[in-house]
Amino acid sequence: MSGTDSTSPLWEVFVRARRGLAHTHVGSLHAPDAELALRNARDLYTRRQEGVSIWVVPAAAITASSPDEKDAFFDPAADKVYRHPTFYDVPDGVAHL
Amino acid sequence: MYGNDFSAPEDAPGGGLLGEVAAAEAALRAAATRQRGGGPGPDADLEAYFADVIDADQKIEPRDWMPEAYRKTLIRQIAQHAHSEIIGMQPEGNWISRAPSLKRKAILLAKVQDEAGHGLYLYAAAETLGVSRDELVQLLLDGRQKYSSIFNYPTLSWADVGVIGWLVDGAAIVNQVPLCRCSYGPYARAMIRVCKEESFHQRQGYEILHTLAHGTLEQKAMAQDAVDRWWYPSLAMFGPPDGDSTHSARSMAWKIKRFSNDELRQRFVDMCVQQAEILGLTLPDPDLRWNEQCQAYDFTEPDYAELMRVISGEGPCNRQRMEHRRRAHAEGAWVRVAAAAYAAKRSTAREAVAA
Ligand SMILES: [Fe+2]
Ligand SMILES: [Fe+2]
Repeated sequence: MSGTDSTSPLWEVFVRARRGLAHTHVGSLHAPDAELALRNARDLYTRRQEGVSIWVVPAAAITASSPDEKDAFFDPAADKVYRHPTFYDVPDGVAHL
Repeated sequence: MYGNDFSAPEDAPGGGLLGEVAAAEAALRAAATRQRGGGPGPDADLEAYFADVIDADQKIEPRDWMPEAYRKTLIRQIAQHAHSEIIGMQPEGNWISRAPSLKRKAILLAKVQDEAGHGLYLYAAAETLGVSRDELVQLLLDGRQKYSSIFNYPTLSWADVGVIGWLVDGAAIVNQVPLCRCSYGPYARAMIRVCKEESFHQRQGYEILHTLAHGTLEQKAMAQDAVDRWWYPSLAMFGPPDGDSTHSARSMAWKIKRFSNDELRQRFVDMCVQQAEILGLTLPDPDLRWNEQCQAYDFTEPDYAELMRVISGEGPCNRQRMEHRRRAHAEGAWVRVAAAAYAAKRSTAREAVAA
């Protein structure tokens, strides 16, 4: 590929499927700028009314938690079961707790 | 709802294609919440951790460790799949300007646009494995990566557009539904999105054929002629018979592939027989008959020597398809250059304002 053809930046696409739901990652695409990224995302990811709102984010601007999708980074949360309501015994007969 | 995490169950009928895709989507989510059975931690032994994730039917994600051969196999398979979607726009694209009504033209445009979209989903999935889109496009243009042999056959009549939807998209679906359960996350998710769109493709093709088959005698003959020409090339889409298929066993062990070429081909034949009956068209195989013992149809295998010739470049349209793609890519260069120049100009303007 010639120099002028070199890839335009990669964008990650997030779509809000319906009012009230969070934006969800649906995939990625290439586009020279944000405006075109939005238009391309509309044409590529919402051809069948899959969304009411789109975010595009330059992939290069995303900082991820750890080199692998593995568990060590989240270990501190693993031994704190008392953060969950299910940790506690509720005496029989108590209502509204 | 298509390809997002909130697909409404009421959209997915219990059986059939959409049901299978919905089941794959549900399995993906169920596996994600499952605890793995006390395998090694991620820091202990990368290879064992990888095996453990595959074993639990969970997904490998882009930044996980993976064997180099797994990465290479996926890049080759996903790229070839993406190229097929892009080249696959040509045989049907030939008929957009000649569709018999405005309704058929609008449907065909939407279908061909979907195929472009499938190509883009798949290139994006391949890119998560560390190749660039430009590299992959160049590999196709240089003839160093292949696309599906089926798109090297010509579309001679309007009925061919119907047969492509019914048989070619139909065969693609049989191949692709199991890929919704592939062990590589981005590929599996792209395939879920693709399969939901494919069911429209198959139905529109079937409808075209049904209309022709119940039209005038000439129209019915045109439909039959198209079925006669496309039947065996469609059977060949599943690849060489299991005995000759390289890499198959390893891909199965990695859960990239779930069924063998021959199993998928058999499934396709079994589906088509009844659909052809309802069309009132004949599948061009005198030896096609129900085998009570196997509970499946016996059928004549496609000519695999022909398949090999077409793959190696000697099909009826190979040159035309590649020339067209190279020309389209070259003639689109100014658009890419202009868009990049415009983006650069705007970002300089913004910097000037900020300064
Ligand atoms: Fe497709
Ligand atoms: Fe299709």
